[in-house]
Amino acid sequence: MNNLTPEPVGAPQGAPAAPGDVLSDLLRRSARGDQQAFAQLYDATSSRMFGLALRVVRDPAQAEEVAQEAFLEVWRTSTRFDPDRGSAISWLMTICHRKAVDRVRSAEASTRRDTSYTQQNQTIDHDTTADAAQASMEARRVRDALTGLTEVQREAIELAYFGGYTHTEVAGILDLPVGTAKTRIRDGLIRLRDKMGVHS
Amino acid sequence: MSGDIHALSGAYAVDAVDDIERAQFERHLADCSTCRAEVDSLREAGALISHMSAAAAPDSLRASVLAGIQTVRPVPPVIAAAAERGRSTKRRFPLLVAAAALIAVGAAGATVIDVVRSDSSVEQASSSRTDRVLQASDAVRTPVRDLPGGGTVSVVRSASLKQAVILTEDMPAAPDLHTYELWLQRDGVMVPAGQIAGGTNTVLLDGDASTADAVGITIEAAGEPATEPSDEVVDVIGFEQA
Repeated sequence: MNNLTPEPVGAPQGAPAAPGDVLSDLLRRSARGDQQAFAQLYDATSSRMFGLALRVVRDPAQAEEVAQEAFLEVWRTSTRFDPDRGSAISWLMTICHRKAVDRVRSAEASTRRDTSYTQQNQTIDHDTTADAAQASMEARRVRDALTGLTEVQREAIELAYFGGYTHTEVAGILDLPVGTAKTRIRDGLIRLRDKMGVHS
Repeated sequence: MSGDIHALSGAYAVDAVDDIERAQFERHLADCSTCRAEVDSLREAGALISHMSAAAAPDSLRASVLAGIQTVRPVPPVIAAAAERGRSTKRRFPLLVAAAALIAVGAAGATVIDVVRSDSSVEQASSSRTDRVLQASDAVRTPVRDLPGGGTVSVVRSASLKQAVILTEDMPAAPDLHTYELWLQRDGVMVPAGQIAGGTNTVLLDGDASTADAVGITIEAAGEPATEPSDEVVDVIGFEQA
């Protein structure tokens, strides 16, 4: 049984690898069944993965289940990750977000989802990390970038991303004409993307 | 409505679509590379938002995840389809015309990954032949598709090696006293090509696959492989390319 040896990865000696490259490499090694690499990937991403699940499903026990399912899905489908299409962290968060949204929608399927949204939740530009002093530089950069969005764009994205609402529901909640919420979401994400320097 | 479909890219990137919209948009994505690229970039943007909600994960999560990966096997890598045009299937096994949904290779989901087989705990005499097919430079893989009864399947074929390998995932177990049998379809005739268990398997098909039009899976009585396929067809996977 021979494994193909990949070309050498990682930065040349002496140059620190960019975080994105590190995660991509850990994911690639995980795809080969390297459990230690996956453990490192877990440690590097667990706060964002669990935190997102928690924010969306609200219940800590369910958040833990969702995050576990997401990480196992990452492991199971790690061979499908294509670094040419995007970053490893985006791939991970996409999996986690989908699972969290599916969970919150199915949990409330029997009862009509509450679209009479009130400002119960913290708004998107409030950092929810427990220790504000530990808020990462990246989180601050994101918060700053979000100030460049209109209030409607920000609210629409918050309801979609953290609330797990469909764009149609978002339009209802924000009292927007039907079909315009998806435009707000798209425009807001484009602005965020451009401000954060994501390659399109 | 088609002019409107691109406008869903942002909502789709953050899962703000219902199931119907999701299915519609994913069909659109298969044909629209602009939207695919945009969705990828907007997902990057969406992922950044998760910085705002970061929260320390409980130790129990780490333990359960690291325990879980011991029992879950990474799926095999996808091999990009060759750009060549393949043979089109003229003849089909008559009973399977409805079931044989021949899918064009090269769907949006196909990606090029390092061709490495994940570690397998099953050592078979033919495993090295299986490897050679999977890693052949002319290996072409059908898109992964859902099996009607559950699970997924795809087939990798190497014309130069004249062999094909079937990759299944999460197939339900065959009914009691039955087994799944594999067939190569050539000119409308189904030729026995081996057997496969339920679950997740990678199996080399017996015989020359280079002239075959499709791979069939049927349910047969356990024991001696059937020489003619039963009516209980699980699926037919065509090699047709668009």
